[in-house]
Amino acid sequence: MAPALVAQAEALMAQTDVVRAASPTRPKPSRARFHRREAIAGYLFISPWLIGFLIFTAGAMIYSLVISFSHYNLATNAAVPAGLSNYRGLVEDPRVATALGNTLFYALLAVPLEIAFALFLASLLNGIGRGAGAFRTLYYLPRMTPLVATAAVFFLLLNGNTGAINQGLRVFGIEGPQWLVDPTWIKPSIVLMQLWAVSGTMVIFLAALKNVPRELYEVASLDGAGPVRRFFSITLPMISSAMFFNVIVLTIAAFQVFDQAYLLFWRDQSNSSPEASLFYAVYLFQQAFRQFNFGFAAAMAWLLFVIIMIVTFVQMRFGNRLVYYEGDR
Amino acid sequence: MSAVGTAGPRPGPAVIVAPRPEDRPPDGGPHGPRHRVGRIVLWVLSVGFALMFLYPFAWLLAASLKGRGKVFDNSLWPGTFQWSNYVEVWRELPLLHWVGTSFAIAVIASVAVALSSSIVAFGFAYFRFPGRGLLFGLVLATMMLPGAVTMVPIYLIWKNVGLLGTWVPLFGANLFGSAFYIFLQRQFFLGLPRELFEAARIDGASYWKMFWKVAMPLSIPSFIIVLLFEFQASWNNLQQALIYLNAGSVEGFTAPLGIAYAMTKYSPTAGGQGDYQYVMVASLIVTIPMLVLFAFGQRYFIEGVATTGRKG
Repeated sequence: MAPALVAQAEALMAQTDVVRAASPTRPKPSRARFHRREAIAGYLFISPWLIGFLIFTAGAMIYSLVISFSHYNLATNAAVPAGLSNYRGLVEDPRVATALGNTLFYALLAVPLEIAFALFLASLLNGIGRGAGAFRTLYYLPRMTPLVATAAVFFLLLNGNTGAINQGLRVFGIEGPQWLVDPTWIKPSIVLMQLWAVSGTMVIFLAALKNVPRELYEVASLDGAGPVRRFFSITLPMISSAMFFNVIVLTIAAFQVFDQAYLLFWRDQSNSSPEASLFYAVYLFQQAFRQFNFGFAAAMAWLLFVIIMIVTFVQMRFGNRLVYYEGDR
Repeated sequence: MSAVGTAGPRPGPAVIVAPRPEDRPPDGGPHGPRHRVGRIVLWVLSVGFALMFLYPFAWLLAASLKGRGKVFDNSLWPGTFQWSNYVEVWRELPLLHWVGTSFAIAVIASVAVALSSSIVAFGFAYFRFPGRGLLFGLVLATMMLPGAVTMVPIYLIWKNVGLLGTWVPLFGANLFGSAFYIFLQRQFFLGLPRELFEAARIDGASYWKMFWKVAMPLSIPSFIIVLLFEFQASWNNLQQALIYLNAGSVEGFTAPLGIAYAMTKYSPTAGGQGDYQYVMVASLIVTIPMLVLFAFGQRYFIEGVATTGRKG
């Protein structure tokens, strides 16, 4: 869930009444006193967040920035200034580029497939009408499965020689790939796991589809628009804000993919895992908590932050031009 | 199963086909037969996907009952049912400890974050104070920050206050509210009529009473959504367990960390014997609480996702 939350903010920002709510209009008399009491109470109510923000967000960010410019000695708890060397390391360490490339490739593969599959399933359930609720429940079950359990199951299912998936393919005379060993098939394997649990995205699409006014389809049908035309001219524009939201959330999540890669490939510290499975978040984690190169890990984190910001920004720029908001003329 | 915040109960239009039966003219209408074929295709596809989604569960159940050499095979019916797996697993792995630890942490983490987020959300929803808009913008902005940026400093904070190796780092930050849940609860509070609070105010209720006696009881549905989401998130949390508990004893692991450990323990490349049936039993046992949670809270999960995702 956590990575999904990140982008929620942006998508929501546009729609909330932050600004409106922020401008109080109050009757003049006794204003100063009442206002002060209310304001103090307000600050008290938000104080847990304020304290948490100062320590775990603002404080931690500054600390992280400082660490990224130093070599941290865990034994003495001392950060020795190191100038730009950690950032230079990002360029000089070839594995950073490898990890970045893997992650980028994964995101480009996973996000479109997840979107397409989720939208397809949502359309299917939306078309069924009655009975869709039961299917929605069944489709949602993988989403409830803990990722470790999913990984453990797929770890065996995807075994190239004895796994059930390749045994199943053999029935049809197909020799399946070495999913978790062959560098070409590592990312598709993880995408497969993601697709199995795609129902969160599906539920969001389904809610959006249900909100498309039925009349639009009827009018379009009368005008002779076929299913394909109706999909591209009505459905897609009408659900574009859900699409926009899902793309952003899934992209940010894809950039931070960790659990699956860690569980399938980097559990034990033997270095036998193929480099194709080295994702950015995994390498960052290893640098931080296996090698204890805190400075280098912090620098990696800031690079990731910048990349995610840029990608999200570009998506928002494009998105805002393509998204149709109702009541927005 | 009508939605809390989504559209009406009326199923929307089909992208591919089909008005619902009652919409169709009695004698089939101009497109009657075509629609019937379409409906059949839709049903066949839906059932097909349902089987696809359920296959890993059925396979997991079967695998948990198989013997060592058979775990990998694709039959959904174990030749011989090795019920002993379910007995041995408790001896093989400290599974009870793992599940207990995960459960305790998940309860603390979800209650902590739900309460603190509600308090903060009420502050943002009800009171007017200078800088409110800016601060709430900041709340939303924190959701954009990748966890990796603060991962190392937060570790160092817990280290410096001497709480490494305890459970505290796994729920500590939850005591201070979480942006997404603050947002969710605030939206709910904003939907409550302000007159309710003014009335309580005239009756002499304190601000705290207004929150605790008026706002909270009314926001139970969204409170439950927060509890369920966070319980699931905590139950799944692998990375933090890796950071904070991996160095300790195996008994002290959480369930995700434990299963990761078991996957390695039985792996032939790490010197194991390939007794993956135990990993499968453990995976199943760790999955069941989530399925139970879903059985009771399905409405909240699905509507939570649909509404927060769509319009917040």
